[in-house]
Amino acid sequence: MTTAAVPLSAPEKSRSRGPRQSIMSRSAAMLIMGVFTLYFLTPIWWLLVTSTKSGGDITGSAALWFTPDSFTTFFSNITGLFQYENGLFVKWLLNSALYAGVGAFLGTIIAAMCGYALSKYEFKGREAIFNVVLSGVLVPATALALPLFLIFSEVNLTNTYWAVFLPSLVSPFGVYLARIYAAASVPGELLEAARLDGSGEVRTFFTVSSRLMAPALVTIFLFQFVTIWNNFFLPLIMLRDQALFPVTLGLYAWNSQISQIPELRTFVIIGALVSILPLIIAFLGLQRFWSSGLGAGSVK
Amino acid sequence: MATLDQAQTPPGTAGSSRHISNKRRSTRKAVVVFVAPFAVLFVLFYAAPIIFAIIQSLLTVEREGTFGAPQQVFGGLSQYAIVFQDQAFWASVGRVLLFGVVQVPIMLGMALLFALLLDSPLLKGKKFFRLAFFAPYAVPGVIAAIMWGFLYSPSLSPFSAVTSEINFLDGSLVLWSIANIVTWVYVGYNMLIIYASLLAIPTEIYEAARLDGASNAQIAWRIKIPLVTPAIILTGVFSIIGTLQLLAEPQTLRSFSSAISSTYTPNLAVYTTASIPNYNLAAAFSVVLAIATFILSFVFLKATQRKVSQ
Repeated sequence: MTTAAVPLSAPEKSRSRGPRQSIMSRSAAMLIMGVFTLYFLTPIWWLLVTSTKSGGDITGSAALWFTPDSFTTFFSNITGLFQYENGLFVKWLLNSALYAGVGAFLGTIIAAMCGYALSKYEFKGREAIFNVVLSGVLVPATALALPLFLIFSEVNLTNTYWAVFLPSLVSPFGVYLARIYAAASVPGELLEAARLDGSGEVRTFFTVSSRLMAPALVTIFLFQFVTIWNNFFLPLIMLRDQALFPVTLGLYAWNSQISQIPELRTFVIIGALVSILPLIIAFLGLQRFWSSGLGAGSVK
Repeated sequence: MATLDQAQTPPGTAGSSRHISNKRRSTRKAVVVFVAPFAVLFVLFYAAPIIFAIIQSLLTVEREGTFGAPQQVFGGLSQYAIVFQDQAFWASVGRVLLFGVVQVPIMLGMALLFALLLDSPLLKGKKFFRLAFFAPYAVPGVIAAIMWGFLYSPSLSPFSAVTSEINFLDGSLVLWSIANIVTWVYVGYNMLIIYASLLAIPTEIYEAARLDGASNAQIAWRIKIPLVTPAIILTGVFSIIGTLQLLAEPQTLRSFSSAISSTYTPNLAVYTTASIPNYNLAAAFSVVLAIATFILSFVFLKATQRKVSQ
């Protein structure tokens, strides 16, 4: 791409029209972004406000603002949520943390090692492995939910933690990102130097290379965490026992019972709010990493 | 996706022959250590299920007499014959294709516009906008569908003035109500991918263009968009895959809307068929869906790559 493709226009002309045009386009840009900020944030704001209301107030009060006793209602709603059916919701949160937290942590290490090897070593079958991994990216996990169910029922492992946890460890996209990142951020000379110092290949990876790949690892972790946290089809098809549910499946189950048990509506709403907080906090806290790592998948 | 075929030269080729053979042995061991965990998990939880599903899809259940025990026997392609005659399944495929043709370009167009605005000198408070637009990505599909389900409903919605007039949950609109939920969740994510690749463009290019008298719009149209095309293709592939897999949002909205049938999307048809249970037919649905997803995203990837390189 060269700048020659841009047609030349008279510099004086654009300079004289510059300021007025730029105020106009500045305001237009701010207006567009402002309107869409409302679009993106209003539903979350509504969720926050509604979770501070009791059942009757949801329709009876101003929908997008708090009531005088919002503060106390919020805490009684939270207490009610956490105590309902002996703390079932807390169990769901812990399950999600286990599936997504531990799953993404192990999955990231496994994907990083594989992507690193595909990038840094020349070996037989390397391209073949990478092509298989890429096909894995194109066949998404949801298409595999039923096949996984069939194979887990062969070994009588449906309706167990393992049925959701083990398949979540595999992240072909993580391998793909790790390979690109390893190629870009781990210089071959450094590995050669480590070798001359007598460091083993595996030790070099964990002490030197993984640090250089840190932004990529955080990105892979975050996106695998979100994928597992959001996963719906696999737990839906695998799990019967409510005590094993992740929080999304649990809230789905409650939501589909609202017509029989109306009190669940309050818990569904405040439960939804509580369940999105961990992800929002994780994204805010790790923003520095993922915002630089995100582009890796597509940058030339 | 241009980096895919980027080959890496083997690190270091100097050294004595004894040294090299030692090194070869130790690197070979290291490669096994690095690759084996992923390879084993991939085989067990990606390849094996697909193969097993293909086998299951070739079986059919037979009974000896009316009350005999059911038995699985080889049925050839009989399940696939049922799949290809199943009108509800093909209606669901047509539905998600229509959804994709409309929703994916709108979503990616919005994402591109926001990314260009974030990257332009026109905007103040970029950090805030970036976070506000990305926040919905932290909301799982099920939760987003529950939230929007309440927002759409005529009685509970804070916008009941609108929702009591227009029923967003009836048969003619509910597909687009789902499209709105999906757009709401994923615009910010796609925006960030495109924005990240805009940030990677060296700014000297813009300075040169500006010296030549190019306006912001010209720079965006003639320089930025062509350079971020790989990122747009990537988001396009993922959006196509996501569209064909639609399940969580329609399945959750079923408690709000009676217009969503039990075979509304292909994955819903798989789930419903598996719940009967008719695993052989459900396996055939899954195989067809996996192959269709693979082909569609592969074709899109190849077609756009050719266009880019021309």
